[in-house]
Amino acid sequence: MRFVELVRFASSAIVAHPMRSVLTSLGVVIGVAAVVIMTSIGLGAQQRVTASISSLGSNLIIVTPNFQRGGGFVSQGAGAGVTLTDGDAEAIARQVDGVAAVAPQVRGQAQLIAEGANWSTRVEGVTPDYLIARDLTVDAGRMFDDREARQGRKVAVIGRTVARQLWGDADPVGQRVRVRSVPFEVVGVLGSKGQSAFGQDQDDVVIAPLAAVRSRITGRRFRGDVVQQIYVKAGSEDDLDRVQEDVGVLIRERHRIKPGDDDDFQTQNMASILQASQAAIATFTILLAAVAAVSLLVGGVGIMNIMLVAVTERTREIGLRMAVGARRSDILIQFALESVALSLVGGLIGLILGVLGAIGVAKLGSWPAAVPPWAGPLSLGFSMLVGLVFGAYPSWRAARLDPIEALRRE
Amino acid sequence: MIQFQNLRKVYIMGDEQVAALDGVSLSIARGEHLAVIGPSGSGKSSLRNILGGLDRPTSGTYRFEGEDVGAFDDDGLAAFRGRRIGFVFQSFQLLPRLSALQNVELPMVYAGVAPAERRERAAGLLDRVGLASRTGHRPTQLSGGQQQRVAIARALANSPDLLLADEPTGALDTHTGQEVLALFRQLNADGLTLVIVTHDQEVAAQADRRVSFRDGRIIEDERSAPA
Repeated sequence: MRFVELVRFASSAIVAHPMRSVLTSLGVVIGVAAVVIMTSIGLGAQQRVTASISSLGSNLIIVTPNFQRGGGFVSQGAGAGVTLTDGDAEAIARQVDGVAAVAPQVRGQAQLIAEGANWSTRVEGVTPDYLIARDLTVDAGRMFDDREARQGRKVAVIGRTVARQLWGDADPVGQRVRVRSVPFEVVGVLGSKGQSAFGQDQDDVVIAPLAAVRSRITGRRFRGDVVQQIYVKAGSEDDLDRVQEDVGVLIRERHRIKPGDDDDFQTQNMASILQASQAAIATFTILLAAVAAVSLLVGGVGIMNIMLVAVTERTREIGLRMAVGARRSDILIQFALESVALSLVGGLIGLILGVLGAIGVAKLGSWPAAVPPWAGPLSLGFSMLVGLVFGAYPSWRAARLDPIEALRRE
Repeated sequence: MIQFQNLRKVYIMGDEQVAALDGVSLSIARGEHLAVIGPSGSGKSSLRNILGGLDRPTSGTYRFEGEDVGAFDDDGLAAFRGRRIGFVFQSFQLLPRLSALQNVELPMVYAGVAPAERRERAAGLLDRVGLASRTGHRPTQLSGGQQQRVAIARALANSPDLLLADEPTGALDTHTGQEVLALFRQLNADGLTLVIVTHDQEVAAQADRRVSFRDGRIIEDERSAPA
């Protein structure tokens, strides 16, 4: 009951000087708002990067030629880095355990023409397993089958953006499209994947059989059985590391790389890329939040300053309270509560402003911002702590006052 | 009720020791109306501080109803001040943000009295000092005499054993001062022990017993027959 009374004393002191109280807590308001906005931007970035990396496909390993083979060599010329072949992809599919799909790929940029409309887009030469490897779906029509792929038939499955650009709302399935003057038949439309984190439109793509795309569209670099990269999808997350290692061993063997020599290819595990980028963003977020937290400390110093002024101003009040029976602890708690309340109200206002600010950033800046669920309790807890820490010294000063001296003060 | 036994209070000023109280022995019985008089520097303020539990003696004993007040710790002294002593100050010492009623309630808050009972008792005390119609007023809305009455009501809040007034008329005009002294006499007649610390001979003349101080010692202790 006594504590309730002390809360009442503390809050009435705050209400007695509304303007001063608002200005005092302003530092905490700004500090908390800044921390909330910064962590929201960090979390938003993390979610966006996670989404874009996992949109590449889950449990995915990407094998690419290594362009920087050996030190000291001068540029090796066009095509020198192209070391992967259809044979490598087939070998992975045959010899590595726990592989769900293997999809070799070549790609290039090409002009598309259909009924007078034309559009420049990315053309990928792949096998039907590509759908499985990249977690893609076909919305309308169908994917080309293995036989079409083997024969290098001129059939294509197109992305949503390409369909809209060339045919508008009309159904593109069954239509003809000239890809760099080579006529293709559209057999399907891919399910939409939207924009990637880096602003790339993932629906602006055409996929077609590897043999049909190779050399005609991607140019002379990819003649014969050369592929640009190989997607390997592991059967499960647990297999991922082992599959990556087995693929590496297999290709070293196939490429006759001696022990100790550098690989002429590299394997990238999407899960580890995801982990690395998330860790990088988390570090960045913590850094931003730490900078913002400095303003919270400055706010705390502001509270301490005003509390010291209040103790001096109210010396007589403190003396009188002691004379009528207040214990030193009562005075200490009263002033500590006052400081915590100032800081907590500032934290609450800052939290509201921070959430509004994060929403505003997300709307206006097209930058993703997601307020972390722990932002509320954390910022309120932190502002309470700031109030306690920076209110401790003024409250201690108040409680140590000599009642005789305090009463004598005019 | 109160026994001082060879009380000393020594302050250290620089490297000099100053004895504000230099061996004071005094007994005060329940129901007495006593004035402590003396010029400034005579030690009467030090006596007030020790008597009211605001300070501790350097040596000697202070017994209140048999209890050794000098041995109380800070919390013990706070409780002693709150429940046993009612203070009345020269400058009233009302809290400006609180109403008259809330000012009177204050000692009861620290004594842990429940809110409803507190308000009822505070209203009753304001009625007793003739301010029943002013309970909601802030100190600044009251005259000096009214403020001192509020302070007296506050001093009575926890039914203290001793009312300790320090120059209670010092900030009041003669007429208002007389009214306040009349109120004190009435409270004393109702059985309250009263100690008034003053340098004003006229105020002291109204007490039944006058204890004069000089240089930290009692130089005179005279009783007058009740008027």
